[in-house]
Amino acid sequence: MADLAETGIKAETKASRSVAASVFYGLSRQAMAAIIVPVLGLLFWEVAVAAGWFSGRLMPPPSRVLATLWALLKSGELFNHIGITTVRVFFGFVLGTVTATIAGAVTGYFGLARRLIDPSLQALRSIPSIAWVPLFILWFGIFEASKVALIAVGVFFPVYLGVSGAILSVDRKIVEVGRIFRLSGVTLVRRVMMPAVFPAYVIALRSGLGLGWMFVVAAEFMGASEGLGYLLVDGQQLGKPDQIMAAIITFAVIGKVTDSLLIAATAPFLTWQDSYRRGD
Amino acid sequence: MLTLRNLGKTYSNGVRALEGFSLDLARGEIVAVIGGSGCGKSTLLRLISGLETPTRGTVELNGEPVSQPHPLINLIFQEPRLLPWLTVANNVGFGLAELDGDDRRQQVDAALKKVGLGKLGHRWPKELSGGQAQRVAIARALVTRPEVLLLDEPFSALDAFTRADLQDHLLDIWSETRPTLILVTHDIDEALVLADRIIVMRPWPGRILDEVKIGLPKKRDRASVSFEAVKRQLLTSLTASLQPS
Repeated sequence: MADLAETGIKAETKASRSVAASVFYGLSRQAMAAIIVPVLGLLFWEVAVAAGWFSGRLMPPPSRVLATLWALLKSGELFNHIGITTVRVFFGFVLGTVTATIAGAVTGYFGLARRLIDPSLQALRSIPSIAWVPLFILWFGIFEASKVALIAVGVFFPVYLGVSGAILSVDRKIVEVGRIFRLSGVTLVRRVMMPAVFPAYVIALRSGLGLGWMFVVAAEFMGASEGLGYLLVDGQQLGKPDQIMAAIITFAVIGKVTDSLLIAATAPFLTWQDSYRRGD
Repeated sequence: MLTLRNLGKTYSNGVRALEGFSLDLARGEIVAVIGGSGCGKSTLLRLISGLETPTRGTVELNGEPVSQPHPLINLIFQEPRLLPWLTVANNVGFGLAELDGDDRRQQVDAALKKVGLGKLGHRWPKELSGGQAQRVAIARALVTRPEVLLLDEPFSALDAFTRADLQDHLLDIWSETRPTLILVTHDIDEALVLADRIIVMRPWPGRILDEVKIGLPKKRDRASVSFEAVKRQLLTSLTASLQPS
């Protein structure tokens, strides 16, 4: 009997191990699929420069860009720039998200507020973001405040649209269930509306974060001595395309990383979703 | 005792969905409301449940007027309408928020067992079949011990086998606490299997055409001669309801 039980346990651990292996295999296969296209592109670029199809002076090959990245990394300069830029995006993102969530919730929930506020916000939304730069510099000075304000403006609109749109499209049928159980006001919002809009909210946050990374460049163009945007301007002024490329690649990597972090942080709250190709 | 007096509803677009609907229901009575589409069946349930306010007439439960959702009145919709972000157990416990954890868990477990889903409490709604989901909806409504349970074509989206099974099951559950049931349906057999009385309605505006008392015992044989006879009488009445007035 004891033997039987033991073999059972052994079989079980073996099974769970093979499940873990197949999950790992699946993940690594996914990563492989994601990497194929960029790797082929980089190879082509390297070969093209080496073969003299492109001028290496204006289109530095990946090897040179990597060397520049490595040099920036080793001197600690890159982390300094990444840190400064990330802090700016963080504060701008928090400020923009908080104000947009409040504004979106109010205009989504109260019809009167929507009729009063929404048209003005939509008008403000259509102003090109760069148009704010001179005004923000006058208002908030050349240092951090104006940069954070500009990033916050960039984050605000996608999050605002996402929140107010999500609230407006909450299924009446689900709300009626809440009403049958005599929920109203705050409890209806907390127990029905908030969970119902959460998936759309996550998507709004993701596009807000993406715009945050775009706006930080505009913000750092308007006069910064540190940050990834400064690396771009500096690279242009001193004729260092490899530094520009290095900064661009860094933007791509941290943009993707922060987006993945946001997805990972919210995924546990969305396991209930029944969507097309979930978990694909 | 549920009293409906001269209930009427005219929507803002001018549609007279319901007019002059009066009915007295004794505690524990099962009444089926049948009729074609547009005769105000669903509107009737929305008025009784307090989801909508009548433009005329009153709803009274035990002599007290009902004008908004009431703790002793619950409604089961045509679709299960489970909250997708809650597990099955939390869906059933949705109306028991004021109870503490242990109490709620006990009642939820008992309700799930009653509808035959004792082991599925931890599942997500997306993992249920249509019949299972509707059982959860029934458990969610029953767990608050309503005195009046309104059912708006609750089995219409299910296949014939599941439907017959759930109809029998509903009777079993009903026999425990004996709430008053108002069942809106377009399925004559379903009305005949379940109801003590059947109200036949006609459209434009929705109103009562006929009332048929079913004198059959509670456990009904769908193939018996007496069942067929009552069905024939009902069909005649229903055909008349579809004629233009």
